[in-house]
Amino acid sequence: MSDVQPQPIDANAVGVEGHYSLRLYVAGQTPKSVTALRNLQRICEEYLAGAYTIEVIDLRVTPQLAAGDQILALPTLVRHLPTPLVKIIGDLSNTDKVLVGLDIRRDQPPRVEPSA
Amino acid sequence: MTVDNTVIPAFPPLSKTPTGIVGFDEITLGGLPTGRPSLICGAAGCGKTLFGVTFLVRGAVDHGEPGVFMSFEERPRDLVDNVASLGYDLQGLVDSKLIAIDHVHVDRSEIEETGEYDFEGLFVRLGYAIDTIGAKRVVLDTIEALFASFTDAAVLRAELRRLFYWLKERGVTTVVTGERGNGQLTRYGIEEYVSDCVILLDNRVVEQITTRRLRVIKYRGSSHGTNEYPFFIDAQGITVLPITAAGLNHSASHEVIATGIDGLDRMLAKGGFFRGSSVLVSGLAGTGKTTFGASFVKACCERGERCLYFSFEESQSQLLRNLESVGISLEGYIAADLLRVESARPSLYGLEVHLSRMYREIIAFKPHAVVIDPISAFRGPESEVHATLLRLVDLLKQNGITAIFTSLSDAKLRAHGLDREVSSLMDVWVSLGTVEADGEHNRLLYVLKARGMGHSNQVREYHIDSHGISLVRPYVGPHGVLTGSARLNQEARELREGELRKQLVEQRKREKDKNRLLLERKIAEMRAALEAEEFEENVLLDDESRQLLSDDDVRQRLAQARGAVE
Repeated sequence: MSDVQPQPIDANAVGVEGHYSLRLYVAGQTPKSVTALRNLQRICEEYLAGAYTIEVIDLRVTPQLAAGDQILALPTLVRHLPTPLVKIIGDLSNTDKVLVGLDIRRDQPPRVEPSA
Repeated sequence: MTVDNTVIPAFPPLSKTPTGIVGFDEITLGGLPTGRPSLICGAAGCGKTLFGVTFLVRGAVDHGEPGVFMSFEERPRDLVDNVASLGYDLQGLVDSKLIAIDHVHVDRSEIEETGEYDFEGLFVRLGYAIDTIGAKRVVLDTIEALFASFTDAAVLRAELRRLFYWLKERGVTTVVTGERGNGQLTRYGIEEYVSDCVILLDNRVVEQITTRRLRVIKYRGSSHGTNEYPFFIDAQGITVLPITAAGLNHSASHEVIATGIDGLDRMLAKGGFFRGSSVLVSGLAGTGKTTFGASFVKACCERGERCLYFSFEESQSQLLRNLESVGISLEGYIAADLLRVESARPSLYGLEVHLSRMYREIIAFKPHAVVIDPISAFRGPESEVHATLLRLVDLLKQNGITAIFTSLSDAKLRAHGLDREVSSLMDVWVSLGTVEADGEHNRLLYVLKARGMGHSNQVREYHIDSHGISLVRPYVGPHGVLTGSARLNQEARELREGELRKQLVEQRKREKDKNRLLLERKIAEMRAALEAEEFEENVLLDDESRQLLSDDDVRQRLAQARGAVE
């Protein structure tokens, strides 16, 4: 096995208050994982536009990463930042639950990227 | 350790993986089914985790089979520390890539469920761990913990079913532990997924004494011991006691060994016990049962044989001190490693644990003779005591070990007590007793039975003094056997009577002598008188004939004188 390590996620490195650092664990291109990724991207674009990073980890490729975040169920979304660590399992089809899980307020106005 | 009670078929239908747990592999005729999952279930504190760890460690150390320990409860650090007390260097095995520990920790509070999911992550982790070290063995301890962390039990069940199937496909021998639930073997009923081999561990408390027991509930495709087998956990790990009463195939020795007591040797036709026989010495309190055992030990050690003395009433130092007082000094033999004394209170463990410990000591020390002092200390249901002793006797016989069992008899319950229960197991039975007479108790012994040899039917008195046990020459008189002072009195009385009789005879002899002398003297006198008579008679006859002659002479001379010739 190669010594693949996930990139360290560090609030200081990102340097932005309220930045969401997310990791999605999947195992291959299963319908569930595809659905999960699509749902995640949609929710993030809608509520966290520009203030998030998504790292998709395919455990079929790097199984050694599963133990680090105590992954059992798949797909699992792990919110590393902001702390505390939160895990959301499933295909993220219930947007409300995902928002609650990630601690994003629905009434929070969708961020608008300042135009250049 | 081998117990060859069972015949393993020439073509085992099922390949088995030895667990390395002492005794367990004998019960299951080889171990757990290779390449299949087995369920080990039991209540908390039964030793399920230890069973799993032992399975992996022994596999890695003894068979070179790497193993994965997936812990759902204990942290790896705790696990390593916990088994270190058993002498298992888990960390060392992890470092040398013979064992991989993966701790699966699920914190319910940090997990949110939304939408469909599966447990592929578990498969990935397990598969990764198995591939990394090339594992042949896997332990899942306790996978049921997942039910508390995930709400969708249906998914979990389906996934567990898939997991066990997957493990089977991968051909790893798996131990799955499960907490015992109400009315079923495991709390969440996972036994229906792991159904090839199910082992139940039990921890029962009877009269405040805990005994662990193990039972093979099912084992597909294999025969197995069906009983509940006691096991125990101590500094040497798990030991299961597989000795069954099935074996009556031990060979009998013709060699005779001395009992250590001269008089007793002479009461037995062969001059001692057969080697490998079981001897019961039963008696009331204070009849010297321990001394009998110790005499035998001493005799064995003097021959250079090894002895194991299980003392359930006295500590080693107390035993040695007390035996010094009867002239039996054993300390030298202990120093020479010919004798080992194992002392333990009977109440310390359950019967089975005692038996297991004795079993292990016997296997380890390989003694020629064993003394168990006393077996009556074992309390419990009669059938259990009997079964325990039966297995012990079997073990000793299998190994050709001569054994002395002492047993304290209760004067009242004598006829119903333990003695009768165990008598069928014993080859020789020496019964010790006391009789009260003339204000004293005297010790008596007799040989109740001695299989395979004639023996004296006599009740013998014996003394215990500073030279040990000695049998006294029996006094059997017209009024039965006399003992103690009565015997001495009787002997003295007989002596006195004998002397009187002698005097009387002598006196009468003297009288007779006197009479005879008297008569002889009379005879002599009469003879003298007779002789005198005869003499006088002769004298008279002589005179007469002389007179006649002289008369003729006178007549002739007269005639001549007359001148007449006739």
